[in-house]
Amino acid sequence: MADDIAMRASGAPPPHASDASPPRASGASPPRASGATPMLAAEELAKYFDVSRPLLQRLLAREGRRILRAVDGVSFEIPKGTTLSLVGESGCGKSTVARLVVGLYQPTRGRVLFDGQDLEKARAASEQRRRMQMIFQDPYASLNPRWRVRDIVAEPIRAFGLTRDNAAQRERVAQLLAQVGLSPLDGEKYPHEFSGGQRQRISIARALSSNPEFLVCDEPTSALDVSVQAQILNLMKDLQRRLGLTYLFISHNLAVVRQISDRIGVMYLGRLVELAPAETLFNAPRHPYTRALMEAIPDLDMTGRQRVPVGGEVPSPISPPSGCPFHPRCPLANHRCKAERPALIPARGTPETVVACHAVEEGRDGAAFTPMDQRPPGPRIGTTATAL
Amino acid sequence: MALARLLDSDLFWSFRRSPVTVLSALVALVCVLGAALAPWIAPHNPFDLASLNLGDAFKPPAWDEIGEASYPLGTDDQGRDMLSAIMYGARISLLVGVCAVLFSTLLGVTIGLVAGYLGGSVDGLLMRIADIQLTFPSILIALLVDGIVRAALPREAHDQIALFVVIFAIGISAWPQFARTVRSSTLVERNKEYVLAARVIGLSPLHIMATHVLPNVLGPVLVIATLNLGNAIITEATLSFLGVGVPPTHPSLGTLIRIGNDFLFSGEWWITIFPGAALVAMVLSVNLLGDWLRDALNPKLR
Repeated sequence: MADDIAMRASGAPPPHASDASPPRASGASPPRASGATPMLAAEELAKYFDVSRPLLQRLLAREGRRILRAVDGVSFEIPKGTTLSLVGESGCGKSTVARLVVGLYQPTRGRVLFDGQDLEKARAASEQRRRMQMIFQDPYASLNPRWRVRDIVAEPIRAFGLTRDNAAQRERVAQLLAQVGLSPLDGEKYPHEFSGGQRQRISIARALSSNPEFLVCDEPTSALDVSVQAQILNLMKDLQRRLGLTYLFISHNLAVVRQISDRIGVMYLGRLVELAPAETLFNAPRHPYTRALMEAIPDLDMTGRQRVPVGGEVPSPISPPSGCPFHPRCPLANHRCKAERPALIPARGTPETVVACHAVEEGRDGAAFTPMDQRPPGPRIGTTATAL
Repeated sequence: MALARLLDSDLFWSFRRSPVTVLSALVALVCVLGAALAPWIAPHNPFDLASLNLGDAFKPPAWDEIGEASYPLGTDDQGRDMLSAIMYGARISLLVGVCAVLFSTLLGVTIGLVAGYLGGSVDGLLMRIADIQLTFPSILIALLVDGIVRAALPREAHDQIALFVVIFAIGISAWPQFARTVRSSTLVERNKEYVLAARVIGLSPLHIMATHVLPNVLGPVLVIATLNLGNAIITEATLSFLGVGVPPTHPSLGTLIRIGNDFLFSGEWWITIFPGAALVAMVLSVNLLGDWLRDALNPKLR
C-alpha cells in the first residue's frame, strides 16, 4: 500500500483503475462476469511453421513441404484481473501461444482480441501496446548484458514516453525496483551482478514500468531454484492483487500453476484438451491426458505407490495423429477417437470444465472418474518401509 | 577512475603477462608516433622538392664510411633522406590502413547486422554477394576498383582523389569478413529474450539493431579490425609497389620499396631494405596485437 501512495505522490502515471475495485473472488469460482469484455480472447488460434528443407534439397529428395503445427486451433478467454495458465509437455505449443498473444508471431489462422480489439490493430497504437507486457523464461537472456539495470527498467518508460523529465524517470525506476523487493541503488549495477531470482525481479520491474494491465509470463520460474520460485510467485500474486493485473501464465510445472491460477488449460500437441477452474482441474481431472499428468505429480501421501506413466512418446507435430491427437497413448481410445477430432465441450458431471474427449462425452470414462480427494489413500511412508 | 579500472581489468593483466605483446605494442607505438609526428621530428622534409639536392643522391647509411650523419639511413636516387621518407611514408600507409579498415568495418557491420536481423531473402541476397566477393583475392578487387576509377577520371582529377580511391578500393575488398562475423553473432542475439522484450514494447527494428544487438556483437569486430589493419597496410603497399596506389609525389612505404627495387642490384640496398623493414615491423606488431586481442577476448582460452 505504501508503494501505491508513493506512486501517487511522485506524480507518476496514475495507478490502475482496478486499484479501487473490490478484491477479486478467489479459488474455484473466478469472476466470470458475463458481458464484460475479457482482457484477452483467442479464437481458433493457429500457428504453423514451415520447417521444410531448402528447395534444392527438397527437389533432390522428392519430398514435400514440412509444416509444423505448433498451435492448431486454440480458443480461450481471460477475464480481467484473473490468471489463466497453460500447461503441457515440452513442445506442446504453449510458448508459441504466449508469443502469438503479444504479437511476436503472426497467427496462421484465427485471431486474438485484446480488450475486445483485434490484436494487430491494438498493437499499432502505442497506448494499447503499453497495456501488455511479457516476462520471459531465462533470466540470464532476458536482460541486455551491456545495459545498466536502471536503463533496462526504464526502456519501456522511454519507449512509450511516459515521463518527460529525467528526475521523474529515475524516481519511477527506484520505486519499481523497491516494488519488486530490490534496492533502488541496484539500478546502477549491470545484470551479471545479480542472481537468477534477482534478475527475474528486474524483469518483472521492467515489465511493470509501462503500467501494463495484461502480463504474459512464459515459464517465469522454471529456471529458478524451488525456494526462489515461491518468492517470485508470491511477488507476482501480490502484484496482481495490488495492481489488478491479468496474467497468461505458461508453465510445465503443475505445482506452480496450482498456486497462481484461477483457471488452467491443458495443452497437448498444439491443442487445448481441457480447460477448467484450477481447483476443479486438480480435484476432478477429466481428460485422460490431464489425469495422467496428475498421476505423475510426486506427493508425500502417495510415496511408494506404483505409478503408471503415460505410455509412448509425444507424436511429431509435423505429422500429428488423425482424430484426437492423444489417441495413440490413450487407454480409452476407440475407433471414433482415431477418426474424429473431439471438440471442447462442457464435461458430464463437472460442467465448469470443458474437455475435448470422446470418452468423456460418451461417459466411457465413468468408472475411471473419481475425484482425487475421494480416492482411497495410498500406502503411507511408514507402511511402505515396513513392507519393504 | 576509468584508468584505474583499465589497469585492474583482465585484459590488462593478460597484456602484461605476455612479453611478445608488450614488445609489439611498443613497436607499434613507435611506428604510430614516428608517423604521426613526422612533420615535427623528421630531420628533413622529403616532399619539399626545393630542398632536394641531386648531389646528395645515393648516400649510404651514416655508419658507412662515406655516409653522412645528417642522413642516418642514407638517401635515395633523388637525394631524399630515407629516414624522413620512411616516417612520411608510414604516415600515408597508416592513414590509408586505418581509414580503409574503418570504412570496411562500417560497411561490413551494417550489412551483417541488417542481414542477420532481418533474415530471409535480404539475408540470402547480401550473403551471396559476400560469398561471390570472397572468391576473388582482395588485391584483385582493389586493382579492379582502382582501374575503373583511373579509366573514368582524367589524370589530374585522379591524382587529387588518389588517396580516397585507394582507401575505398581496400575498404571495399575487406567488408565480407566483417559482415559474416557480425551476421552470425546477430543470428544468436536476435533470438535472445532481451531482443524479444524490446519487440514486445514495439520498438522499431532499426532501434533494436542499434541499441540492443550492435553493442553485443562488437567484440569479435574489434579483433577482426585489428587483424585487418595489417592486411590493409600490406594491400596498400602492394598497390603502391605495383604503381597503382597513391601518387609518387607522396610516396608511401610501398612506393619507396618499388623505387629502391630498381637499385637493389646495383648495390644501393638501403633504399629498399629500410622501408621494407619498417613495413614488416609495423604489420607484424599490429598482427601480434590482434592475435593477442583475439585470445584475450576468447573466454574459452582463459
